[in-house]
Amino acid sequence: MKRRDEHLQTLFEKSVPGRVGYSIPLPEVPEAALPDDIARDKPAELPELSEVAVNRHFTRISQKNHGIDTGMYPLGSCTMKYNPRINEQTARIPGFARLHPNAPISGVQGALHLMHELGEYLAEISGLPAVTLQPAAGAQGEMTGLMIIRAFHTANGNPRKKVLVPDTAHGTNPASCTICNYSVVTVATNERGRLDLDDLRSKCDEETAALMVTNPSTLGLFEDRIDEAAKIVHDAGGLVYCDGANLNAILGVTRPGDFGADVMHINLHKTFTTPHGGGGPGSGPVAMRDFLAPFMPKPVIAEDSAGRYTLDFDRPQSIGRVHEFFGNFGMLVRAYTYIREMGPENLNRVSTLAVMNANYVKESLKGLYHLPFDEPCMHECVLSDKDMPNGVTTMDIAKRLMDFGIHPPTVYFPLVVKGALMIEPTETESPENVRRFVEVMRQIHEEAKTNPQLVKGAPHTTPVGRVDEALAARQLHLTADLLPPDADEERQLSFDDQPKA
Amino acid sequence: MAIPTDRRYTKEHEWAVVDGDVMTVGITDYAQDSLGEIVFVELPEVGAEFSLGDTFGVVESVKAVSDLYVPASGKIVEVNSALTETPEKINADPYGEAWMIKLQVSDETELENLLDAPAYEDLITQES
Repeated sequence: MKRRDEHLQTLFEKSVPGRVGYSIPLPEVPEAALPDDIARDKPAELPELSEVAVNRHFTRISQKNHGIDTGMYPLGSCTMKYNPRINEQTARIPGFARLHPNAPISGVQGALHLMHELGEYLAEISGLPAVTLQPAAGAQGEMTGLMIIRAFHTANGNPRKKVLVPDTAHGTNPASCTICNYSVVTVATNERGRLDLDDLRSKCDEETAALMVTNPSTLGLFEDRIDEAAKIVHDAGGLVYCDGANLNAILGVTRPGDFGADVMHINLHKTFTTPHGGGGPGSGPVAMRDFLAPFMPKPVIAEDSAGRYTLDFDRPQSIGRVHEFFGNFGMLVRAYTYIREMGPENLNRVSTLAVMNANYVKESLKGLYHLPFDEPCMHECVLSDKDMPNGVTTMDIAKRLMDFGIHPPTVYFPLVVKGALMIEPTETESPENVRRFVEVMRQIHEEAKTNPQLVKGAPHTTPVGRVDEALAARQLHLTADLLPPDADEERQLSFDDQPKA
Repeated sequence: MAIPTDRRYTKEHEWAVVDGDVMTVGITDYAQDSLGEIVFVELPEVGAEFSLGDTFGVVESVKAVSDLYVPASGKIVEVNSALTETPEKINADPYGEAWMIKLQVSDETELENLLDAPAYEDLITQES
């Protein structure tokens, strides 16, 4: 039985009895014993290390990771753009960072002012005038939006039964419908990669609560007949929910409120540069038309005649709270900072550049990689492994990209494209970086022809090689058995010694 | 890709063998191959009733989660519950050990919509 290599050891395994990383003065008063009913029976098993050992441990782990701060991260529909550091500076202003959520309203006027203004900016950007900042992420925003839709229909006498969801939708869409007690009816995609309006028409009726549509879609294509789709749904008394995951493509170009959406969520952690993917938490404000505002979560920030901000709890039709206090406030400060720093012209330029980068990738790689829908794309493009030589798959391409210091794109999604590779370069990559990505993809295609084993065995340069994804998903024992270094060797099984399925 | 001629197929890649009024259902070789390594399967309870086209369960691979559709309306009379512990059998033996449900068919006329082996082969040739 071997001990794990030092670089894989946990803090618990590195622990040395009696070692400390602090120095506390001796007490000046006699120690008092804890009451028996709350005292531990035996000491907590906490790791004992010096400060430098802890610091090196976490620094080493961070160096093994790939983040937007270390390299390109073209993960489609996730908008892994760079997060400007000024966001961190404003979020750390003590008046924001140390605010107690139960502080009296008179003492938090600045924070309420910021939230009120952020709501107004998001209303302007989305074209939907009423905004709640409470939801903690995109999926919770979806749930909140659908609860509002349900509350609206219920107030009109019939909550209705179903939500129409395109077959290109994010998996969270049908999940949110199910949680809100709606059945999901799938709408097909046509040969242009757009919503099939005939199919939509045939499935839309007086039991349709809403159409839940992502625009641009997960194929990176703008739903260019979205106004007709919205009319079909509205004529049947249904509402249109827009999944705002791909808002980064349309800032200042068009607005969901202008193309027929009644309610949408906005991922601040995608479009508005708040941390994302392990660096979170997320934030998923929901914007809606005025007639839905009575149902939005409470409290709502209001401004009185004297220009003071207050909290309005008197909202009898509200669906209630969806998050304690005011949502993930630190993220709201960061998104506000980004919007103010950019201004309207630069936000519009964000989308122009994001769309240009994606089209550059698409046009450079088409012909080499299979392009299922040969149409101008928005901020992301979808390729597939259909014509790859020597049976090289999307998964192999994704793994091989890691050898070049590039995070894999989104793979095997959307489901309507077999072996999909969904690439979103974002606007924050320079032309040099986007060109390098294209060159790397060309090289991988060449390797697939001449040295397929190199691609099929990738990654070769990462701290951990090709992982067994099926085993990881089947055996949900994800923790190591943590034992001190002097423990009985027989018991020192660790995750690399587990039996294989 | 194996397409046995002793059974019939749906456009959603389920197979069905009918014996009297009981239909045994699983997913096809093509379906398991497209999904890749299967890591999870969720099946219904005995006694559950479904209409044609309803989803009766979910199958999850390292690539994707897919719904399972009943090939005909009816009531579940038996479930291969061992599969939930060993979902990899769906990859290994999709037409045999990895049958999923047995359904008491309520409307035999619905069986006319099922595809025979050559028609199913045409369908997957178009898809791939």
